[in-house]
Parts: sequence; C-alpha cells; structure tokens
Amino acid sequence: MTESVSESVATSGPPRVPVTVGVNGVSVSRQVEPRSVLVDFLREDLGLTGTKVSCELQVCGVCTVLVDGRPVSACTFLTADADGADVTTVEGLSDGQTLHPLQESFVDHFALQCGFCTPGFLMMSKALLDGDEVPDREAIVEHLEGNICRCTGYEPIVEAVEHVAEKLRGGPHG
Amino acid sequence: MTTAAFGEPIARLEDPRLLTGQGRFLDDIGHQALAAAFVRSPHAHARIVDIDVSAAVDVEGLVAVYTHEDLDGRVGEPLPLLIPHAALTHGRTAYALAKDEVNHVGEPIVMVVATDRYVAEDVCDRIVVTYDFLPPVVGIEAARSAELLVHDDVPGNVSAHLVQSRGDVEAALAGAPHVLELDLDIERSASTPLEGKGVHARWDADDASLRVYTSTQASTSVRAALAARLELPLDRVEVIAPDVGGGFGVKIVHPWPEEVVVPWAAIRLGREVKWTEDRREHFVGATHERGQLQHVEVGFDDDGRLLGLDVTVWHDNGAYTPYGIIVPIVTTTQLLGPYKPEAYRAEFFSLYTNTVTVTPYRGAGRPQGCFAMERTMDAVAAYLGLDRTVVRERNFIRPDEMPYDHGLIFQDGRPLIYDSGDYPATLEKLKKLVGWDEFEAFRAEARAAGRRVGIGIACYVEGTGVGPYEGGWVKVETDGTVVAATGLTTQGQGHKTAFAQVVASELGVPVERVQVTTGDTRRFGYAVGTFASRAAVMSGNALASAARKVRDKALRIAGEALEADPRDLEIVDGVVRVVGSPPSAPGSSIPLATVAVLANPLRYAFDREAERATQFGGPVDYSKPPVAEGDSPGLEDTGYYSPPRSTFANGMHAAIVETDPDTAEITILRYCVVHDCGRLINPRIVEGQIHGGVAQGVGGALYERMVYDDAGQLLNASFMDFLMPYATEVPVVETDHLETPSPLNPLGIKGAGEAGVIPGSAVLASAISDAEGFAITRMPISPSDLFSLRLAQESR
Amino acid sequence: MKPAGFTYHRPATVDDAVAVLAEVNPAGKVLAGGQSLVPLLSMRLAAPEHLVDINRLSSLAYVRVGDDGGSVTVGALARHADVERDAAAYAVLPLLRDTLRHVAHPTIRNRGTTVGSIAHADPSGEMTAVLALLEGTVTLRSTGGERTVAARDFFTGPMSTCADAGELVTSVTFPVPEGRTGAVWTEVARRHGDYAVCGTGVVVTLDDDLRVAGARAAYISVAPEPVVIDLTEAVAGEMVDDADWPAAGRLAAGRLDPGDDIHATAAYRSHLAEVLTTRALREAAGRASVAA
Repeated sequence: MTESVSESVATSGPPRVPVTVGVNGVSVSRQVEPRSVLVDFLREDLGLTGTKVSCELQVCGVCTVLVDGRPVSACTFLTADADGADVTTVEGLSDGQTLHPLQESFVDHFALQCGFCTPGFLMMSKALLDGDEVPDREAIVEHLEGNICRCTGYEPIVEAVEHVAEKLRGGPHG
Repeated sequence: MTTAAFGEPIARLEDPRLLTGQGRFLDDIGHQALAAAFVRSPHAHARIVDIDVSAAVDVEGLVAVYTHEDLDGRVGEPLPLLIPHAALTHGRTAYALAKDEVNHVGEPIVMVVATDRYVAEDVCDRIVVTYDFLPPVVGIEAARSAELLVHDDVPGNVSAHLVQSRGDVEAALAGAPHVLELDLDIERSASTPLEGKGVHARWDADDASLRVYTSTQASTSVRAALAARLELPLDRVEVIAPDVGGGFGVKIVHPWPEEVVVPWAAIRLGREVKWTEDRREHFVGATHERGQLQHVEVGFDDDGRLLGLDVTVWHDNGAYTPYGIIVPIVTTTQLLGPYKPEAYRAEFFSLYTNTVTVTPYRGAGRPQGCFAMERTMDAVAAYLGLDRTVVRERNFIRPDEMPYDHGLIFQDGRPLIYDSGDYPATLEKLKKLVGWDEFEAFRAEARAAGRRVGIGIACYVEGTGVGPYEGGWVKVETDGTVVAATGLTTQGQGHKTAFAQVVASELGVPVERVQVTTGDTRRFGYAVGTFASRAAVMSGNALASAARKVRDKALRIAGEALEADPRDLEIVDGVVRVVGSPPSAPGSSIPLATVAVLANPLRYAFDREAERATQFGGPVDYSKPPVAEGDSPGLEDTGYYSPPRSTFANGMHAAIVETDPDTAEITILRYCVVHDCGRLINPRIVEGQIHGGVAQGVGGALYERMVYDDAGQLLNASFMDFLMPYATEVPVVETDHLETPSPLNPLGIKGAGEAGVIPGSAVLASAISDAEGFAITRMPISPSDLFSLRLAQESR
Repeated sequence: MKPAGFTYHRPATVDDAVAVLAEVNPAGKVLAGGQSLVPLLSMRLAAPEHLVDINRLSSLAYVRVGDDGGSVTVGALARHADVERDAAAYAVLPLLRDTLRHVAHPTIRNRGTTVGSIAHADPSGEMTAVLALLEGTVTLRSTGGERTVAARDFFTGPMSTCADAGELVTSVTFPVPEGRTGAVWTEVARRHGDYAVCGTGVVVTLDDDLRVAGARAAYISVAPEPVVIDLTEAVAGEMVDDADWPAAGRLAAGRLDPGDDIHATAAYRSHLAEVLTTRALREAAGRASVAA
C-alpha cells in the first residue's frame, strides 16, 4: 500500500502551454498540459460539463463541439491546438432560457432518451444547418453517420433535424 | 396548461435540462475529487505472483495505491452472489481487487488514486504485476469439453444445471409423426450504454456518513450492499443515481468492484474520490451477454402443431456468477413465447469461461429463447411446406385460454402464468402492416430485376413487471407543487414524465406541477431496481396508490374546510371543488395548495400560504386534537405495489431484407412491429422504447459481437471494432399497437422496456433465410458470414 | 485512456519544424490533425518523447491545382474536408471528393489531414490507395533539404514508409490521369464510415475509338500496403460494352492475397476484390466514354 494523505500541491509539475480560447463567445486563457485533450479542458478546467465523453476514439460523436464553426471530436483534439480558436459547446447553443430551434425540435420529436449523446447530435446538426445548403433527409442521415445513439433508434433525431431544415426552407412545417 | 395526463403523448419533462448541457451525469459531479484508475489483468487466466509498485511511488500527484492485501474487513471478501438459486451449485464471485488469481482480461488488481486521471494512468503504467500463466477456457465448446477448468473446484466448468419440464416430452417426441433437430448458436454482445459506469464517494467525517453517487440501475441495493461491506449503519449511507447515460442491464449488477473500493478509499483518505469508467475498461471490466449454444428437438403433427419440444442450452456465464442464473432461466422459460407445445422440457448448463462475466443485457436471455423457438417454427413450416404464419397461428395460446399456466417456474420464483394477450389479433395486425400476403408478388418483381429479397417473422412474449415490489411517495407542497419519489432508478426512459402523468391523473393537477425524483435513497429508501421492463408497472402503480391516498386526504380536509361531503368533491387543475361547480366559485372550492397548508396545523404563520390558510379556519372542535389520532400532518403519503406474479407483454415483428447476390451485404428494407404492453402511460415514450430496442436488436443481429481469441483477449474492445449501428444502419420502424390491459394491476400496464430488442435476431434470421433459401442458425451474421454460408451451400 | 506525457513543440515555420525534428530525431512524432495519432496516444499504444505539432504551419494549409490542370497538390495542413470541398480540385480530379466521402466520418474529415493519413500509411486508408493509383508523389523536407518520392517507393509496409523520423511530409501531389479516362472509388464497409473490408479505386483509359487502352486498380484492406494492379490485359482493345470486366475482376483477385480479421475472412475479401473491381471498372469505363 502507498498512501499520501497530505494535500500535495504541484509545485513544479509538468511544463504547460498557454492557450487562449474563445468558448461560447467568452475568451478564456489558461495554462494546460500539452497532453490535455479539448474535452477534458472544457469539462475539467472550465467546468463546462455539457460535452460528454464516450469512445475516446472519435467514432461515437458524443464529444462533438464546433471549432471555428466546424464540428470536431473534442476527445482527440489537443487543447493546445485550440489556441486562438472559437469553440462552441452545447452550453452555447441556447440563448439564455430560449431554446435553439434544434433543441425545441428535439423535445417535440422525442429525439432524446438518456441525453448522453444529445449534445453531440445537437452540435453536429447545428453545423449542418449553418451550412450553405438546406439538407434533405439523406444528407442529414449521412452527416450524422458518426454519432451513436444507443437509446432512440435514430429516427426521431433525424426527424427533429429534418423538421428544422424544412422550417429553414420554408417548407410544410415553416 | 396541460391537465390531460395518463395516456397522452406529452413532451418529456426531462428534456430541457438535458438539451442545454445541464444534465448531471456521474462524471459531471465532484469536480474536486481525486481520480481513481485500475491496473487490470492483461491475461485471461493467471496467478498473480508479485505486484511491484516501487517505480510508481514517486509520480507527482499520486495519492494512494491499493491491492487486495490492503482491503480490510469485509471489503476483502468475495463480492456477493446477488441471486442464489438451488441449481446454482457452484456459484463464484470475484474479489473487489483480485486475490491470487485472475479469471478474465480486465479483472481489477490494483487501485490507484491520484490528483487526476492522467496522473492515475501514469501510475498504473509504472506498476509491474508478475503472473504465472494458466491456460484459459474460451468459448462454450471449450467450457463444455472441460479439458481445462476456469475454477479448480468447479467440475466440468458447470456453475448450474437446471431441468424444467411439463408433460412427457420423450413420449411426445417418440409418438410424433415428424421430428426435427436444430443446433443453434448466438454470440456475445453487450449493453454498451454510451455512458460507462462510474462512482463518486464523499465521506463526511463530522456526520460519520457516506454519500455515494453511482451510475446504477439499483441505488437502494448499492446502499445496502455498501453498508454491509463497509460495516456502516444503513442510515449513515446514502446512494444517489444521478442522470444515467443508459443502462440496458449492465448497471443492474452491484456492487461493482469499483463501487466498493472507491467509497472505501474515500473514507480512508478523507477525500472525495471518483472513478469514471473509460470505454476500454467498460468492454473488459463490465459485463456481456447473449452467448449460448442450443439444441432443439421438436415433434409435430401434419398440421404443424407442436407435440413435444425438448431444448438444451449451454449458456456462457463468463468468469463469475454475481447475478446468478437469471439469464438462462429466462431463456428456457420465455422461449415458449405465445405457443403451447403439448410437452416441453428445457435443460440448461451454465458454464464458466475465462471471459468477461455475463449478466442481463436488455432482453435478458429472451432474444436467445425467441431465436430458438422462432427458428424452430420456421423449420417446421419449411418441412411441411406451410406458410410460416399459419404454423405459428396453429400453436398460439388462444385469448380464451388466458390466464394460461405453463406449469413452469419463472425467474421470480413464481409460476409462469400468462395474464392476458390476444396473439391471433396481434398476428393479423402484423400481417396487414407488413403486407405479408402481398410479399410473393414483390419478391417476383425484385427477382426479375436481379434482386434477392426475403421476409421474416418472429413472435415473443415477455414477462415484465416482476416483483417483489416498488414504492412511491407523493406530497403536495404548500405552493401547490407536487413532489413525488420512487426508489427505482432511471436511465433515460422518461420515467419522470411518465410517473408525473400517473400522479397528475390520480391527483387532478397539471402534469407540469409534478416533480418526480428517482433513484435517490435520501428521498425513498425502499426499492428493488430498474430491470425486466418493470418500472412503469411497479412504480407506476405504487405512485398511483400513493397519489390516491393523498387525494383522499385532500378531499377529507377540503370537505371540512368547505363544510361539504368529500364524496361531493373533485380535484380539477389543482383545485378542490364541489363537483360541477364553476372554477373558483366562492365557498365551493379551495386550492390544493391551501389544503396542504391546512393539513399541517402550525403554530406559526411564517409565509403567505400559512396566513391565507387562516381564512379557512372554520369552527374549531376543541374536544379534538389538531392532528387526529392515526393521522399525520402534511398532505403526503406513501404507497406500495407488490404483484402476485409477472405480467406478460407480447409482440410480433416482421422484416423485409435484401441480400446482395454479389457482395452478400444485407439491407433491411422494412421493419414492422406490433406490440401489446397493456395500457400506455405515454405512447411516444413507449414508441421510443420500442424503436431503441429494435436498433439494439438490429445491432445484435447484423453487427455486434464480442470477438475473443483463443488466449481470451477481446479483439474488438472499442467502438471502432464493436459495431453499434449508426443512423445509416437502422431502418425506419413501422409500429402498430394493441392494448390488452393487464388484469394484475390497477393501471393495467405491462411494461415495454425490453420488447423491441427481443425478436431482432430471430426475425432477421428468418428474413435472410427466406431470401437465401437456406436456414440461418447462427447469429449475428455479417456479409462475410453470409458469403461463407453461400459457399458451403454451393458445395453441398 | 489518457495520453502519457510528452515534450511538446509548436514550431511556427516549416524550417523550425524540420529543425526540431532533426534535433529530437528519432524520438519525434509529427502531429497534424491527430486523427490517427491521438487515439494511439490515448490508448498509450504510442508514447513519443517529443510531439511536433505542425498546426501553426499555415503555409501548408492549401489545396492547389497545377497550372495546366494536370495535378492537385495538397499541403500537409489541408484537412480532408478542405480537399473534399475544393471546387477547383473537384473540377480536374473528381475522384478525390468521391473517395473522401468514404473516409471515416465528417468530424474526422474536418480535423484529419489528407497528407497525415498518407504519412500514417494505414493499409486501410483510402487516400494512400488513390495516391498510389494515380502514381502520385510525396514531398518531404528535412534540414538536409527537400526530396520528392514516388508513391510506390513511399509505402514500404503497413504503417510504414520510407520517411525518416527527421523528415516532414510537406505535401502530396495527385496527377490527373491523361487522356480519355474515368475514375471510380468503391468500397464495402461494415457500417458507413468504417474502415473498408475491401476498397478499390480504378482508372480506365479509352483510346480515340472508345476502346479500352488501359485499366488499373488500387486496393485497400486486402494487402499490407496500397497495391496497384494493371488489369489492361484482360480488357485491352475492347469496346466498353463488350469488355470482359469480370475477367479483370478475377485477374485482380488472383493477384491479391488478403488476410482474415475479425470483420471478414480472406476468401470474402478476395471475392469482394473481384466483385468491386468488376463493378468499378465498368462504371469507370462508362464515365470515360462520356468524358470530353
């Protein structure tokens, strides 16, 4: 057994890298370990726990955030590389108490159950809808192909995104 | 304001929090906690010779390293065998940290506590464990042959052997005009919730109490187990299931090794300690399910009626049996589905292997049972040249035979008696939904275009709502808010909405006003847990009972205040009023909130509600005490529901698939579901359960398998290689309902949590067999597997 | 699953980058998009002493079509998505976009670089095969200078290339096939976006009489490194509709010797190679016959 119960405060510690990141519109500066990955930085250093972690190999989509508008997996993105970038997380999606149309549509379509994959799906979908073209159903499914949901069977998620896309298009739900 | 509640597809109350990143899952809690990580066995079977931590001790940020030697008191004992059974003659459980021997890759050996997870893993890397290798037993064939043993003292690797029968199956088979034999094989899969396990513990030395957050399906049981292990009084331990990112069965097991040693370390260190399972750990450190070999002998007459059915199952229980033999019991009893063979015999051997332990995964043995039965039905139909639905229909239990006693003992130790169901009607609906009778025309059309298509069907009956009990507590606050709690946990099923609907309906309040807490032992201490599609049945009825009691009390108190007979009162939109009187008519109505104030006679008017209550202080009978004898202050009550036996939901699935003649790729063109889970509290939530279950069924049929090599290494322990379907792989699910209310409980509910997944492998095997013209007997099936089967057929 | 520690270098120029690589050689590892490397770090299957992060080398973030439209050069910091969306590159070489749509998932394409995937030399990496198929080149820089290597010499085995640990791959060049050609990528994966069980990219060249003059195919997941097979002999001189494409498929399958893994048997991979080659060649020939 090894136990050291004294409060050990890192005096020397590993070398750190300074980063300044715009997170949901707020500029934050921190010193991080070079090996820190973005999702840990968001969750642990900034306390933004809305972004979740699951596969840690960028194939489940759970940790998806937007870096300079593009969706990426925060689990394999070094925090150091976010220096100078704008990061948007699920916490930055709603406008105060007012839900983003995607969030509203997810409620209306029962597009979440446990809610663990949901932030990733929301950020992925936001990126798609922010694009130049209004996606059709096929484009939505293809765009979401890297996000796993173990609860819903996907159909309600696809419908929820489709609904917002149709609104953008001024379609039947518009 | 929504007043409609029970049966309405109202939006989920849980959603806004979860959609805005405000959910609190295990790893979102305890920001300042120390992080635990584990050194786990890289070998499937070995003796631990030495553990050398000397290279690790100077890592900055290390707080503690523990091995089995350090575990004092009951913490060092083997973990509990949760569900003993007379047939489980050789049950074995692991230690929280391995003692002397490891029996599967992933078994925890050393716990490291450090300032953060990065450092904890640095420490793990530097700990050197020396092993003496032992030859591993991998796969059911190896376990059955028993040339090598997993546990030295378990002969034949058999943990349990159980035979159940009804009628004389040998005579039935001997006398049957036709007999067929089938050998079937289902591979391992796993629950694989997107959130792994995790536990956070905080010891309050001043209060001598422990608070544990854990990602569990059974917080009250974790509490009891921890109190026993850590030798703490039960009332000094509180366990809370926070938001849980999916369970699907794996989180019903408790206490996990980590659930014991993390709180233990928190107490020792006087610091918050948290462990968050990572994905690799989950694959090798949690549990799997499904793996079985099956042999079926079936005797039938010229019409396809089953005369005798004899099934033997070899069930892979992995390295240990913490959850007993629930899975093979469920397989061999639920296998019967909606059918009534004249004689039935089921035998199973539960076998140890040097692989991850097996415990229930959504469906809990039913998918395997359904596979055996439905492959048998298809085989009988093919043999007799009959339509597959005709053979099934001829073997159905008829509605007028309900309740139907199979003469067997179910997983809850009670008789296997179906309560209700209309199987012929379900089949008719399904045939219509999928267009069963029009399929041959579609097949001909497809064939003309060079395409290969097939249709399949599978039926199941699911014992749901097993006991022993659940409870519910309902209270009306003085501001009119209704708070309710039940002890079982939630993992995304929308319980807080469904239960709020139940309470709102019983009480006559808007559903938005009802706040439900689940899985928090501080709020409700008596509970069993969330499994076996039981939450709606058990806690739904318990909360309904509690709400009814509160309603009765509210009417009584309101009657006194309004000087009216309670029988003339009703509660509408949170206001008690004389039946039929207009809202807020003076003297004939009183808000429930005010009734709540009156229900708690206080000395002090500390707020406006308390002040307001004084206006209802009518004539006082000074001969009576303010709180009547036998009564209690407050507008709250508790109710319990304990069923005599399980309810039985049922359903039937049909699928149309296309198989590529060249690449052997398998595409699901349509997937249709008809199901009957009794009365629906919220149809959209039920539908979500069905759809999600189907997605897991499709995964289990076409994509997901646990691939072990001969050395017992799990070769696909990541989401890159364990292939859960994406949106691109899951078909649109077409559904239709039947509602046959259960006569066993007041709400008539049956439960729906597992339904969708059960027939997945059976229905897709049926459809692929139909497309290919030969019987599929092993699932899951990949394009590569199908290609191999085609080659084998050609060379016949 | 957290990376072990490493010494981190974030050079601002290509010269700085190669200087650092030389200094720490052979203990350095280049990080671009990190979509292959960071998972390996997290699983601690790789633990380089030095990580040289080239994400500041914005001069390498380009997709350039050669002046004559005869090639597409991709810099080391161009993300897959940049290449995929590049209209000029698509105009001269649609095969790049067609193939990139099969590469993993959108998030990975947003971060991962085309050059990085080629430098990683995963035998399942689509872009390695495309580079080999088109007989492209790889440009490497070190303190000793710059060199350009043909794709066939660059790939030396699974996850192995001729690049020295002190060298930085700065760009790759995909030549546009000359003449009347059609190119197609096709693959079978277990799920959308997964590594292919078998994948093939083909180029078919027709002569002025619309007879087959050349047919080549490159493969992933069926050999330790990207394999290019010339299939012209099976179909040479035939009109598109008359050519014995299945014979070309059989020829290809006969030259390949794939292995088993947890997703597919060798026999199935071999069969897929035959089927996919046949399909892709037929489609590519069709495209060539309508090409300008």
